[in-house]
Amino acid sequence: MTISLQAFMAQLTIGLIGGCFYAMLSMGLAIIFGLLNIINFTHGAQFMMAAFLAWIGLTQLGPWLGYPNFQISFWAALIIVPFCVAVIGMAIERLLLRRLYQLDHLYGLLLTFGVALVMEGGFRHAFGVSGQGYEPPELLQGPFDVGFMLLPKYRIFVVAASLLICFGTWYLFERTKLGAYLRAGTENPRLLQAFGINVPVMITLTYGFGVALAGIAGVLAAPIMQITPLMGGNLLNIVFAVVVIGGLGSILGSMITGLSLGLIEGLTKVFYPEASTVVVFVIMALVLLVRPAGLFGREV
Amino acid sequence: MSITLKIFGLLFAAALVVPFVPGIIYPIFVMKVMCYGLFACAFNLLLGFTGLVSFAHAAFLGSAGYVTGALMIRFGAHPLGMVTAFTLGVAAAALVGLAIGGLAVRRRGIYFAMITLALSQIVYFLAVQFRWTGGEDGLQGIPRGNLLGLALSSDTTMYYVTLCLFSAGFLFVYRVVHSPFGQILQAVRENEPRATSLGYDTDRFRLAAFVLSAAVAGYAGALKALVFQLVSLNDVSLHTSTEVVLMTLLGGLGTMFGPLVGAALVVGLQNYLATIGDLVTVVTGLIFIVCVSFFRRGFVGEYLEWRRRSSQRAMPDAVEDEQALPAFADTSRASAHPD
Repeated sequence: MTISLQAFMAQLTIGLIGGCFYAMLSMGLAIIFGLLNIINFTHGAQFMMAAFLAWIGLTQLGPWLGYPNFQISFWAALIIVPFCVAVIGMAIERLLLRRLYQLDHLYGLLLTFGVALVMEGGFRHAFGVSGQGYEPPELLQGPFDVGFMLLPKYRIFVVAASLLICFGTWYLFERTKLGAYLRAGTENPRLLQAFGINVPVMITLTYGFGVALAGIAGVLAAPIMQITPLMGGNLLNIVFAVVVIGGLGSILGSMITGLSLGLIEGLTKVFYPEASTVVVFVIMALVLLVRPAGLFGREV
Repeated sequence: MSITLKIFGLLFAAALVVPFVPGIIYPIFVMKVMCYGLFACAFNLLLGFTGLVSFAHAAFLGSAGYVTGALMIRFGAHPLGMVTAFTLGVAAAALVGLAIGGLAVRRRGIYFAMITLALSQIVYFLAVQFRWTGGEDGLQGIPRGNLLGLALSSDTTMYYVTLCLFSAGFLFVYRVVHSPFGQILQAVRENEPRATSLGYDTDRFRLAAFVLSAAVAGYAGALKALVFQLVSLNDVSLHTSTEVVLMTLLGGLGTMFGPLVGAALVVGLQNYLATIGDLVTVVTGLIFIVCVSFFRRGFVGEYLEWRRRSSQRAMPDAVEDEQALPAFADTSRASAHPD
């Protein structure tokens, strides 16, 4: 089988970009799971919502408001949208999730699942299932010559930005004092409360932070992916597999697993395209046989 | 004869007359409720009585449906075609259950749920990729064949056969729940360390419950394929897996009739709401939220709890009702942490 280096590298880049999204989303899940002990099933819907909000800001908001020239640019959306999504998420945490912490964690899973259904159904009702397009910002349009091939500038930007975000999150949680508090909160919230930390507020903010990560990923995805109400749900299935492989709750684990699974998926697309959608799940099954706790997880 | 069986006898008698009053209740609707009710019973066997959340139940429903349907299309005319196809469909679901359950029982709680979810995606992709499953089109026009010389192509005959098969399935689940095996499952749910210390290999019981539940779900799937003569990708999708969670939760976890009530409510709701299109998802989601937030015992569970309380008020020393099983998590928490 002969494949040109160009095609090979192109698939690998697509895989890497997919891996960046897996990493950002599974990191958010890991952070939320770490402190709240809840699998945030809404994560995919929140990702989708962010992409939609960015699209609405760019193309719809102006006409709606009666100022056709008004639009929220990509750069502004990158800040505003994750903030909005996080605020909505924190409201959900305050109003609904908080009532369930005393119960089995599965109720949290079911509740977030219900919220995801409402969001997806709402967006589908409002905008239909056909995909919407989003133009990348002018600065990042056009290709960039990396020597052996031409790459769209925007894709390079996505890889760089998500690596930066992943590294920043890892640094925040593993190397700063704030991160130490958060990790202490996962170990023993009552003790931390006794030290004078407002744990309920910390939990809300952590949920917001995890959701904001999904929001950033959503805005970054808007110019690359088709913006549809289903984009989050489809991605989330794979992200769950990533999380199981990496070990739930491990931030470094989700980052490394997410990126490498994206690359593996890209490679599979080169050599055996039919299997590319299943390969992640097959790897998950294999990993579970050998290490039930996941590659970076601790045995519970 | 326990109260559950008495109520079931009444329901059975009521169901017998349905084909004669098509103006009041539509028999096809009742058949749909029976198929989904059995499916929800299978799910409840796992979540309500064993404490395991599975997001893979559509994979069992669908794989049994596909196997039964594909066999019926090829060998449906044979006198034993229907029985063989049905049996092999259930066996296929049990095998898929063994594969998924075997991997998933190594983890607990949320991990378990996510593993079942991810593994059932493999089944979905296989259903898309295989040729014998019809890919995107699914299997259509599945012949119903004959059962002991009865031609099932008539809707009325099919209705009574469905009623019999459904009752057999329901009574089977009832038998399992009230057997020593079922008691052990509930013991594992309530307090795993204690069950272990009593000498039970809890993982093996979990796996057995999982495979059994998969087989019953497959039984419902094979029945559904025959009744509606149709198997589609929707049957193996995550959507169906979550619908069954909603049915069970809405009706009442860990009760015998809860899944049936929940299935009737959800199927009825979908029939009535079919006109509002995408908003059905929103309504489903809202019911999910309300159920989980305020209504965790479900309809049947709340009713049993209300009856238990009122009988306790009447007779303070009254023994707890046989059926009064509260929602699973509250009890498992309470008994695991007595403080």
